[in-house]
Amino acid sequence: MNKHLLSINDVSTEDILRVLDTAESFREVGTRVIKKVPALRGRTVVNLFYEDSTRTRISFELAAKRLSADVINFSTSGSSVAKGESLKDTALTLQAMGADAVVIRHSSSGSPYQLTKWIKGSVLNAGDGTHEHPTQALLDLYTIREKLGRLEGLRIAIIGDVLHSRVARSLSLGLVKMGAEVTLVGPPTLIPPDAPAWGVQVSYDIESVLPKLEVCYMLRVQRERQRQQYFPSVREYSRLFGLTRARVAMLPEGALIMHPGPMNRGVEIDSDVADLPQAVIEAQVTNGIAIRMSLLYLLLGGARGEEATDG
Amino acid sequence: MAERTLFRGARVVDPAAGLDDVMDVLVQEGGVAAVGSGLDGLGSTVLDCEGLVLAPGLVDMHAHLRQPGREDKETVETGCRAAAAGGFTAVAPMANTDPVADNAAVIHEIRDLAVQADLCNVFPVGAITKGLEGEFMADIGEMVEAGVRMFSDDGRCVPTARILRNALTYAKTFDDVVLAEHCEDASLAEGGQMHEGYHSYTLGLAGAPGEAEEIAVARDLAVARLTGGRLHLCHLSSARSVELVRRAKAEGLRVTAEVTPHHLVFSDEDLVAYDTNLKVNPPLRTAEDRASLRAALADGTIDAIATDHAPHAVEEKEAEFDRAPPGTIGLETALGAVLTELVGPGLMDVRRAVEAMAVAPARILGAADHGGPIEMGRPANLVVFDPAASWVVEPPFHSKSRNSAFLGRTLQGRVIHTMLRGELTVTDGKPTR
Repeated sequence: MNKHLLSINDVSTEDILRVLDTAESFREVGTRVIKKVPALRGRTVVNLFYEDSTRTRISFELAAKRLSADVINFSTSGSSVAKGESLKDTALTLQAMGADAVVIRHSSSGSPYQLTKWIKGSVLNAGDGTHEHPTQALLDLYTIREKLGRLEGLRIAIIGDVLHSRVARSLSLGLVKMGAEVTLVGPPTLIPPDAPAWGVQVSYDIESVLPKLEVCYMLRVQRERQRQQYFPSVREYSRLFGLTRARVAMLPEGALIMHPGPMNRGVEIDSDVADLPQAVIEAQVTNGIAIRMSLLYLLLGGARGEEATDG
Repeated sequence: MAERTLFRGARVVDPAAGLDDVMDVLVQEGGVAAVGSGLDGLGSTVLDCEGLVLAPGLVDMHAHLRQPGREDKETVETGCRAAAAGGFTAVAPMANTDPVADNAAVIHEIRDLAVQADLCNVFPVGAITKGLEGEFMADIGEMVEAGVRMFSDDGRCVPTARILRNALTYAKTFDDVVLAEHCEDASLAEGGQMHEGYHSYTLGLAGAPGEAEEIAVARDLAVARLTGGRLHLCHLSSARSVELVRRAKAEGLRVTAEVTPHHLVFSDEDLVAYDTNLKVNPPLRTAEDRASLRAALADGTIDAIATDHAPHAVEEKEAEFDRAPPGTIGLETALGAVLTELVGPGLMDVRRAVEAMAVAPARILGAADHGGPIEMGRPANLVVFDPAASWVVEPPFHSKSRNSAFLGRTLQGRVIHTMLRGELTVTDGKPTR
């Protein structure tokens, strides 16, 4: 494993499997009455969140706590950042306080890269702008493998605002690495023209794609994209690209419906569709904790920690 | 004190005189006194130039010296020192100062600061429109009387064809006045952090497509045709812009163009680590665009190299990519970059490099004392450089800022002496004042 997790591109196929397999063993911890192992005792994990986030921040916090690490949540409101402190100065402060890992969520693409210049510990990208969200991709890979038993050869569509989606970027690249067939679906204004260079296919017709799928992955579509003239209205978007009950019927039996959350019910996904049994959205959330435990453990050298106790 | 300087045994590269030969050059009382072999050095400071190239002092017609207004980033003095260290004897600072150089008072202020510093001849560029706002013509005539020959709203494109038409037409009142355009369609480029393409999509950065430049280039060339005015196109970045210029020149339009060293050296794939020093405007485009720029510079479609030296404070550049201002410093690295990346691999010879960095910009800028020829009676504005010397680009710089796209790179070709009107501003690679 590399020291940092900035992009899914940094993780080799073997390492992806290692992360998933390690998560498998940590998942069991979440089912215990006492959900804790001592793997990262004495290590400090900082959650540095420049953007509001519920599930990713809580997921990282739980993951670190279940590994017995000390966790500091540094959110930008009410902190020195609100007083105008720069990313660099914040990073140097965290460094001075001895952070072993910094988990960063930021609205600017590439911020985790910049952070690595100032932080000696590991940097984990928890979503940077419209770039990547590699831990989400890994938990999605885990969930798909858990439900369908494999990744290779699966046909998966990622549907929605691919252009602005860090989830779509990481997941596409991750799935392609693992040998899945990915089709990006959405209005042409929201699909990068060069996307085929990622090894994916592109379609603007959801209904022609659905019957071939093993996984239908819906992306959140922000209402402000209408104001920016990417499509004429939210209503029209839903008509053309939303996952309705009628469209779910076009999916083969056993196909999964996934969504990274938070959902816009009634926009990209009909409200009752999200609650169907083939929708594994809650499993994604649960698996997120195990994946992040696995990542923190592997990146922070859980093995190294054990050596230290032995010695 | 010796008032005479003899450069002994230099390879004199003087495109304006058609000269490329090993010679001595004697300088006396600010001017060139003799060019020849075996000149008598008696009573002179003799500088041994064996293995070195002597050329007309370099001319940068596109720099940002930040004074008045952002003296924390650069001053006329520090900018001129950086320029001298880079082999320049003339620099044209752009008008986007604070206050804007849109009137004679600011022009005089900048020129006075330059005279005090006495490191370079400074040719301030005047704004085309008041406050660079793109609405009302600035006091062009008043600034021409103050000595301005180039006008530009650099950083912004004149927003409408009508305003550009009027300015280009009005400028014909004066001899040799040129309007320099930063070609960018604002609506397409808005929010763009880098060139739009595979790399911007993969890096998740908002892109500005090459078409944002090409649309403006096409419009501006059409307006140049309409008016017969003299137009200069700043820092071209795209292959199709180059093609438009090539056709316009074949048609006989009065148009010239420049390219920066960073657009000649880097491309959009160099942004994969989000290095904010490579965030520039226009953005670094594809390797194919870069190849076209290099070829166009070699064949003369692009007339000149200009640095677009853009100093920024450390804390502004050490920031999130989308928050960092665009621009790289360039005065101290321009010659080394061109020699290393273009002359070294054989894309052009030293003569063409000197032409593009001294002769052509002096001509476009109307800097008659610069760009050669190196002949008896001409002002001694000269540079001597070692084409073989390697150095690593790293702070400290003579510029007040250190946001160099070239940080950490090894460049081959280093300035040894720079001479302004017969006085050394740089000797043995170090500024004399």
